[in-house]
Amino acid sequence: MKQYVGRAFTHRLFWPVAMLVALLAINVIAVPGFLVITVNAQGHLFGSVIDIVRNGAPTLIIAVGMTLVIATRGIDLSVGSVCAIAGAVACSIILGSPNPDDPVVVGIAVLAAIGLSLLMGLWNGFLVAVLGIQPIIATLILMTAGRGIAMLITEGNILTVESAPFKFLGSGFLLGIPVATIIGAVIITVAALLTRRTALGLLIESVGINPEASRQAGVRARGLLFTVYAFCAVLAAIAGLILTSNQTAADANNTGLFIELDAILAVVLGGTSLNGGRYSLAGTLVGALVIQTLVTTVYTVGIPPIATMVFKAAVVTAVCLLQSETTTAAFARWRRRSVARKPVTEAVVSQ
Amino acid sequence: MSAALAPASAFTRARHKVVDVFTSPKSGPVLVTAVLFVLIFLAGSLRYRGFFSGQVLLNLLIDNSYLIVLAIGMSFVILTGGIDLSVGAVVALSTIIAARLLQAGWNPVAVIAVILVATSTLGLLVGLMIHIFKVQPFIATLAAMFLARGLCYIIAKESISIDHPFFVAMANLRIPLGFGLSVSPSVVVALVALAIGAWVLQYTRFGRTTYAIGGGEQSGMLMGLPTSRTKVLVYVISGFCSGLAGVLYAFYTLSGYALTAVGTELDAIAAVVIGGTLLSGGYGFVVGSALGVLVLGLIQTIITFEGTLSSWWTKIFIGALLLVFIILQKVLTSRRT
Repeated sequence: MKQYVGRAFTHRLFWPVAMLVALLAINVIAVPGFLVITVNAQGHLFGSVIDIVRNGAPTLIIAVGMTLVIATRGIDLSVGSVCAIAGAVACSIILGSPNPDDPVVVGIAVLAAIGLSLLMGLWNGFLVAVLGIQPIIATLILMTAGRGIAMLITEGNILTVESAPFKFLGSGFLLGIPVATIIGAVIITVAALLTRRTALGLLIESVGINPEASRQAGVRARGLLFTVYAFCAVLAAIAGLILTSNQTAADANNTGLFIELDAILAVVLGGTSLNGGRYSLAGTLVGALVIQTLVTTVYTVGIPPIATMVFKAAVVTAVCLLQSETTTAAFARWRRRSVARKPVTEAVVSQ
Repeated sequence: MSAALAPASAFTRARHKVVDVFTSPKSGPVLVTAVLFVLIFLAGSLRYRGFFSGQVLLNLLIDNSYLIVLAIGMSFVILTGGIDLSVGAVVALSTIIAARLLQAGWNPVAVIAVILVATSTLGLLVGLMIHIFKVQPFIATLAAMFLARGLCYIIAKESISIDHPFFVAMANLRIPLGFGLSVSPSVVVALVALAIGAWVLQYTRFGRTTYAIGGGEQSGMLMGLPTSRTKVLVYVISGFCSGLAGVLYAFYTLSGYALTAVGTELDAIAAVVIGGTLLSGGYGFVVGSALGVLVLGLIQTIITFEGTLSSWWTKIFIGALLLVFIILQKVLTSRRT
């Protein structure tokens, strides 16, 4: 039993999960009915927890793509701009059609947005894999120019869209569950199955550890880099569509603003190192939930909105410090010492 | 045989020397930036009337003095292979502290001192977090960015205007240079900071250790260089520079506002990269970063002169320009090997 407790303590996800539980506990103390999920008149699930998994979906979706990019020792700063471009493209197509409520039109708009973002992702992949530019700068280019491109598409206006099928993406329900949540769940499951049930994840990690060595070992590093950046951009577009649909408007300046930071934060809180070579999608899920719960906690506990950022900084710092190498090593030393104090035979057995 | 080849080889040698200087990973990118700056300026002069004047150049300095100071601090951090995402938020925090304390009737010198101490302390905390807890710079400075922005909101949500005579004087004062040209006091501050930054990097042990960390931290440590201390100190410098830039920004805008300078960290990083500093650390000059700021400023000026271009073209141009510079650097440095 003690062994299990010890193992749980040193598990990579211990601190992020502990933080999530602590945040939920704070909420339950502040609002006793926080965890209650009810079914409302339309048969939709309803409650604070549902809000968390629905509003957290865009961040989670992007964080999944970001996890794979970071696993290759890269980073993608352009996801926020890709969100804005996807929203702008979809909204301008829907607005341009005579019949915005036609599901076919919305389908074409969504596909066009995803197709364009695929090109953006390939562009990022080209800069990183072929030209060998550092990922942070390579994607900074699209991050800066992308907002400009989005404004070019919307011509500097905020495009408001009245389209029932499009609205369904962001605020609809399917079998009582929010559509955004379902999309998020499907994406993380598919990504986990694709990379962990095949060798893909291993290959991605090997590129992150040493691209040159993995290339010489027969891994197609270049193709993999193209794939992860394209995948990340497509996921960013999906998240952008959900965000735009939720706001029923495409805002080139503000859609997905700072979402790259939240996504990177979710990945890092989940224990994936920015140095690449190792990743955990489960960790990313926990990280994204922590971030969204954090936002909800601010409202439920009644922390004044002006202190939100400080609160966020405190939580991020706490998790980072707790799961840092130094702290882990200190804990390990402390545990070894407590083991050493026991009789020798028992210590050997317990090891 | 050698006599026959002598004149040719002298010429070849000279040519090789020029090629060497331009393709060296150290000075090449800076020179390319300088040449491109001149070319863009000449292109602007040919295209627009009134562009080719000393005051247009000096206005670049006046409008971007705070960004030059930011880029200096950012250069130190990037030279060690780190990054500082908090600078924009710290600029906003500085302006708001200035506005608030002046409103409360503080002496402006004391206000500036408080700002510089506060931002340096924030830098110190970030540095310690990175060094002791091995938190990645990207994340540690991101947390600092959230903290600084959050503190802005706590101090004041609304924009506060600054009407203290000293700040107003600093905003309006123009130091004449003759020929009808003039600069603001902020330009002088920025240029002095630039000179100090360049001197520290080139001629002090601290500067050399900064380059050594970027080149290879392990090797630097094994050589007995004080890498830990230096690594923490570069973040203190960046914090100090952000505070100073915030003061200059307060002179420039005469207000303190929580939402000001959003995304400035990216401008600073872009300027440093355009100025030829490698993001992986080890190569680069602060003078290059200042040139990078001027190139960004020049693009803005051209877009203003063009008049009909919408603001979003600025972003697309800056993105395209970043791309051109990075590819140029890549091509130039790869020819070497």
